[in-house]
Amino acid sequence: MEIDPFIFRLSIFILSIFVGYYVVWSVTPSLHTPLMSVTNAISSVIIVGAIIAALAGASENIFETSNIFGFLAIILAAVNIFGGFLVTQRMLQMYKKKKK
Amino acid sequence: MSANLSASFYLISGILFILALRGLSSPETSRQGNYFGIAGMVISIIVTFLSVGNFGPGFIYVLIFLLIGGTIGAIIAFRIPMTAMPELVAGFHSLVGLAAVFVAISAFLKPEAFNLGVVGNIKLASLIEMSLGAAIGAITFSGSIIAFLKLRGIMSGAPITFKGQHIINLILGLTIILLIYYLCVSQSANSFWTIVLISFLVGVLLIIPIGGADMPVVISMLNSYSGWAAAGIGFTLENTALIITGALVGSSGAILSYIMCKGMNRSFFNVILGGWGATDQTNGSVVKEQKPVKSGNADDAAFLMKNASSVIIVPGYGMAVAQAQHALREMVDALKKNGVKVSYAIHPVAGRMPGHMNVLLAEANVPYDEVFELEEINNDFANCDVAYVIGANDVTNPVAKSDPQSPIYGMPVLDVEKSKSVLFVKRSLSPGYAGIDNDLFYRDNTLMLFADAKKMTEEIVKSL
Repeated sequence: MEIDPFIFRLSIFILSIFVGYYVVWSVTPSLHTPLMSVTNAISSVIIVGAIIAALAGASENIFETSNIFGFLAIILAAVNIFGGFLVTQRMLQMYKKKKK
Repeated sequence: MSANLSASFYLISGILFILALRGLSSPETSRQGNYFGIAGMVISIIVTFLSVGNFGPGFIYVLIFLLIGGTIGAIIAFRIPMTAMPELVAGFHSLVGLAAVFVAISAFLKPEAFNLGVVGNIKLASLIEMSLGAAIGAITFSGSIIAFLKLRGIMSGAPITFKGQHIINLILGLTIILLIYYLCVSQSANSFWTIVLISFLVGVLLIIPIGGADMPVVISMLNSYSGWAAAGIGFTLENTALIITGALVGSSGAILSYIMCKGMNRSFFNVILGGWGATDQTNGSVVKEQKPVKSGNADDAAFLMKNASSVIIVPGYGMAVAQAQHALREMVDALKKNGVKVSYAIHPVAGRMPGHMNVLLAEANVPYDEVFELEEINNDFANCDVAYVIGANDVTNPVAKSDPQSPIYGMPVLDVEKSKSVLFVKRSLSPGYAGIDNDLFYRDNTLMLFADAKKMTEEIVKSL
């Protein structure tokens, strides 16, 4: 019997939870705020789905309901991607070591 | 682009995202980590364009909307003051949640674009995945909006509770599960829309009973939810990058919630089921007898600290509210000129989100190697001459160690009272968020400085 591809995706998912568990425990507590803003930014990779939705069957009518939801999702995710990475960068730039 | 090739690139993006989080293990590697994250995002977006392969008029619109959103995001990122980070993060969570809902709706309306079957005959697994993604996304969205309003002060931070709240939540939760089952059986569009609507409602109901002081847990929890929503959509789209990211973000938020709960010695369910403020108000008002308090002024404080050999600063949310971090840095600079050794002690739940105080101190140019976590510094209080408590309260209360009756008993606290003298900057003797009196106020070695945190610190700078 062939293995359902779903099982492969589930395996990736569960292994990633473990990777996340160990990686996040190693994050220094002083960087927990940047951690939240950067996880925010990367979870906006959901923009991938938004792009597919926006371009679906776009040759005939590019503003069908499903496309519109895609475009809206693109705006939301883009705010998050740019905002998230930039604000993280801004914060990380502030962390300095003692001047010797 | 072939499906196998694009899947490989999505995997690379996922790995880059893991490296982005890995970089945060120390401030030196963190900036590089952030670039890994950006690279992962760019790869994902380009690969998606190439694999859809549709560069018609729609593509132009996608770019335009991408730029509009990006510009808004960039403006927010540059303008936002560091004290407003908790609201910003809550706001960003709501966007991820809503984007997940929109993508799920779009997939439900046009499943053929996502290879999920056709309208009225969507694959069973996809239906479950997209409805879960939409439901968690909707809860994240409305929950984050409430958290945002509370943090911004637009909505009162006091917990809103009513009778039967938990039962209603339970019923709504079960209804969502039943509707998902019904959706799978009938493919009914109405049940899909109802799931989304009820989930919006659940998000609101879930967050309104949680009080202001529990916000660090709420934000971390919503962070986790936004991850699980992304993972749900990732399964629907069969996209590895999204699945990996969703799992990372989901576990990251869960760990942060755990750390925050531990910092308050409370169980996760205890926080979710309603705040301290709601249950313990009766306890707080009983202890109202007058006890002697020593109070002083800026000159006294300056004198004490100037003649000390070591000072530990204990900042809390009050410092953020008063925007006192820059004045504080000036004070520390003046002390250092006098040869005083200064360090900072941060409690895990100081502030309104994990790591909030660290960012504010970093903004005020405090080197991060002078800032210590509770476990690292707690033994040093015994050898320190002056502890300067600014804007913190409950996290210094010795009652947590001595009185089993106290609602905060067992919560890890900073051993501030062990230092030779304690300077406590506070506007009045009012209790903190836990609604209990701080025993520290009445200790012999405590000198209360009744003033606004920023004003008092500035005055101390002047008299130093």
